[in-house]
Amino acid sequence: MTNPPARPQAGEPSTIESAAAAETGATKAPASGPGTGAHLLELRGVGKRFGSVIALDDVSTSVDAGEVTCVLGDNGAGKSTFIKILAGVHTNESGAYLVEGTPVRFSSPRQALDRGIATVYQDLAVVPLMSVWRNFFLGSEPRKGRGPFSRLDIAEARGTARRALSEMGIDLRDVEQPVGTLSGGERQCVAIARAVHFGAKVLILDEPTAALGVKQAGVVLRYIARARDRGLGVVFITHNPHHAYPVGDRFLLLNRGRSQGCFGKSEITLAELTRQMAGGAELEALAHELHAEAKA
Amino acid sequence: MSTSSSTPSVPTEAAGGADRAAPAPAAGAVAVEPGPDERVAPARLAHRLLIRPELGSLIGAVLVMCFFAIVADGFFTASGAATWLDDSATLGIMAVAVALLMIGGEFDLSAGVMTASTALITAMLATRAGWSVWPALVVSLVFALAVGALNGWLVVRTGLPSFIITLGTFLALQGLNLGVTRHVTNSVQVSGMRSTDGYESAGRFFASTMAIAGTEIQVSVLWWLVLAALATWLLARTRFGNWIYAVGGAPVSARNVGVPVDRTKIVLFMTTAGAGWLVGSINILRYTSVQANQGIGLEFQYIIAAVIGGCLLTGGYGSAIGAAVGALIFGMARQGIVYAKWNSDWFQLFLGVMLLAAVLVNNSFRRRAERSRR
Repeated sequence: MTNPPARPQAGEPSTIESAAAAETGATKAPASGPGTGAHLLELRGVGKRFGSVIALDDVSTSVDAGEVTCVLGDNGAGKSTFIKILAGVHTNESGAYLVEGTPVRFSSPRQALDRGIATVYQDLAVVPLMSVWRNFFLGSEPRKGRGPFSRLDIAEARGTARRALSEMGIDLRDVEQPVGTLSGGERQCVAIARAVHFGAKVLILDEPTAALGVKQAGVVLRYIARARDRGLGVVFITHNPHHAYPVGDRFLLLNRGRSQGCFGKSEITLAELTRQMAGGAELEALAHELHAEAKA
Repeated sequence: MSTSSSTPSVPTEAAGGADRAAPAPAAGAVAVEPGPDERVAPARLAHRLLIRPELGSLIGAVLVMCFFAIVADGFFTASGAATWLDDSATLGIMAVAVALLMIGGEFDLSAGVMTASTALITAMLATRAGWSVWPALVVSLVFALAVGALNGWLVVRTGLPSFIITLGTFLALQGLNLGVTRHVTNSVQVSGMRSTDGYESAGRFFASTMAIAGTEIQVSVLWWLVLAALATWLLARTRFGNWIYAVGGAPVSARNVGVPVDRTKIVLFMTTAGAGWLVGSINILRYTSVQANQGIGLEFQYIIAAVIGGCLLTGGYGSAIGAAVGALIFGMARQGIVYAKWNSDWFQLFLGVMLLAAVLVNNSFRRRAERSRR
């Protein structure tokens, strides 16, 4: 189904970075170098309540440069609360949230963004009737000229958008076309490429493949791999283990607000991941039940 | 996503990967604009033209012009042109400003009455208080901008539809115009501008004529053309123009990426009010008197002209040139009917048909613009 580009299976981040740099031609050094030993993002026993409802309880995981941390869970598992804490929309009430080794308490998404933590939400921040390049630079338009003659540097914006998109492997026919004419996957990719271009170190993707067909989901997974290879830490929220497993390095399983464990790729198989996600024993019981009904 | 870097750098290392494989574009300015993708080349020009919002109005303008040139004697002469250009000009100034506001996703129903309010303020200060025309113009401009800012502020603060907010200001201004005028002058008009101080010099800016091809053309035509060109440049080439499309197209998305949505909308309301002041000033200096009930109903003409020019009622799409052309169609039809010696009752019928045709054409063009080309 998916076909992420082959990448070196390396243990320590430094190898991954150099390999990624060689592959993409980019030399984007992540701030948390191998020397510091700190994770790009780390959560230790994080919890959040809304009144008497425990939305999230004792969740720990980490995100490293050049790696993908997948957050898996069914509806109501606490995925949204989790990303909102990462993105600075909510603040965790217990536990610790560390960015590059230092504890943080974000009071707004803006602060998270300033630390290089960019979130691409499901309802994308794009304006459908505007062209791809206008969307790409919306809010951060390059300009030339002074005072009243200050105007958009259109050639620069078009060229940069085209280049940034093609670096991410997004081959658009025309950056002049309205974003509304793009497919869902391509739109997602434009939003990802924009976050990467404007200096994100950590990319949080909220169910980027949820509303997409099999082929489109494959396209988005490829860009996730591409962002990872450029040295970004990626947090990939999904409820589909088949999407998570091919690109993930670390898998955080959430169920009813609690962590079911955080596994490295070597510690868990796709079959096991699927079983855990599907509710394991519950599903087996269901299979038996259906089987019995069919016989009767 | 980060909007903190206002000048996104183009790092040299960015020229990696796929771009290197591209057929080597030359260095410098050429490099930032790679040639068109070969897959889009054939359909590109036709498509580009078809997705222009103003295309429908341009075709409509040519058709209307040809029609009246054939059926109406004297329509397609220099003096005829001066007449319908004059009729189109003040409408066009307003239509351009209203188009910007509509692209920004809002309406202003107080725009028509604003032309009367500003003219009344100028006239009363000049004729009753004995002010020179210039400071009177400044005061009426400040008043217009303040009302525009109030409209905008109320809309962004309450989140209510601008239709209802500006309907309120429309009624309030209408009442003020009549009430204050009657209180001050004991009648419903203010006249006597001709004898005021500064009338001559101000008139040169707002109400003089220029001889072009042996015909006297009103200076308002020049204002109209300049403002249409300026607004077009603003929309296509400036950051603020980008913001106008964005706040009309998807305000939440625009806010998420750091566009000051509220400020943009307030400025657009102030622009419309400012255009109302300009038209009010043109009228008072040209006709030297103003009726307190002037301007009522004109707000719909502005919106109609903008829609004929390709603006979507839902915002996010449209054209300033189109709105100017929409006003031209309006003026040509209104004067063409006079030249053809028909009853002017037919104008409303024409207008209705034109508006419906424009909306249908716009709708199909927009679909074409949005159509997935997968």
